[in-house]
Amino acid sequence: MNSLIIIFISTVLVNNFVLSYFLGICPFLGVSGRLESAFGMGMAVTFVMTIATAITWLIYNLVLVKFGLFFLEYVVFILVIASLVQIVEMFIRKFSPPLYQALGIYLPLITTNCAILGAALFMVTKGYNLLESVVFGFSGGLGFSLVLLIMAGIREEMYYADVPPVFKGASLTLIAAGLLTLVFMGFSGLVSS
Amino acid sequence: MSKTNFLKGLWKEHPVLRQLLGMCPTLAVTTTAINGLSMGLAVVFVLFFSSFVVSLIKKVVPHQVRIAVYTVIIATFVTIVDIFLKAQFPQISRALGPYVPLIVVNCIILGRCEAFASKHHMADSLIDALGMGFGFAWGLFLLGSIREILGAGSIMGITIMPQAYNPLIVMILPAGAFLVLGLMVAIMNRIEQK
Repeated sequence: MNSLIIIFISTVLVNNFVLSYFLGICPFLGVSGRLESAFGMGMAVTFVMTIATAITWLIYNLVLVKFGLFFLEYVVFILVIASLVQIVEMFIRKFSPPLYQALGIYLPLITTNCAILGAALFMVTKGYNLLESVVFGFSGGLGFSLVLLIMAGIREEMYYADVPPVFKGASLTLIAAGLLTLVFMGFSGLVSS
Repeated sequence: MSKTNFLKGLWKEHPVLRQLLGMCPTLAVTTTAINGLSMGLAVVFVLFFSSFVVSLIKKVVPHQVRIAVYTVIIATFVTIVDIFLKAQFPQISRALGPYVPLIVVNCIILGRCEAFASKHHMADSLIDALGMGFGFAWGLFLLGSIREILGAGSIMGITIMPQAYNPLIVMILPAGAFLVLGLMVAIMNRIEQK
């Protein structure tokens, strides 16, 4: 139980996927313009990431390890994630139309979100068991959503700021993200590894 | 025609500084110039051969499953690069860590396969892939060099700053990656405006 809490806190705050591993930067720069879309994207990523870590863990340990097929790791992982996103999309559309309305357009984008593949790869290198992997996936998604929301809030304010034209857009967002990273470095003493 | 096709990736449509694609490896591995350069060259390799295969098979792949097929092709070449680096350059392989497998989801590669290689002749596709690949590589090399000079006082592992220079450690930390890249994009905008 203790180790699960440590995984949770360190993944959400200390080793945040976006700010310290740079995973999922593309949606971070693209979607974080508005609070609503940031929320939708964050929820979709958390959802898929939790399921994806569970399934890739099972496939990695029950199939790849057993038959020594390590060289297929990347091909298998990306196929699993791509098909998982498809299945999740169909499943939600059938069983929960309101949820589909909220997440729908963000789901296909997730296949190319490196945070999901990153979570699966980190889970393998860190040697987590099934439960730890699921917590890791869930908190990774939550950390992603947190940063996405903070950034969306900052960008909505920045929209009205009077900045030199060459800094407008991506440049200013990157610099703001840099400052946000400095803020998150304050959490680094929270969990001693 | 083919010259502009090559040059657009190097400058006008630079994948990192103009299109902001492939951000994860760009920001993550550029703590030193050499890491940036090796990541850049790994992407050149994967992009070149994926474009080659995609333009070979573009007529036989059904439209609905093309993205999945492209992704598997890319993942195959990424596995080759990964195994090659592990065997020949174990040090670089360790430094790049999980960001080598993450080339699979690098949007530059899938983007070029989908937007260019699947719609053009093979020769054009290969030139486009090389232009984009080397554009990406010089972007990473420059970012890595700036961060290494400011953050460690050296370049390619050779100390160049005077002894009195106090390295700005923050430049090799994640925050430095965002700040330097943000400034590079702004400078690029400035040059293009003129």
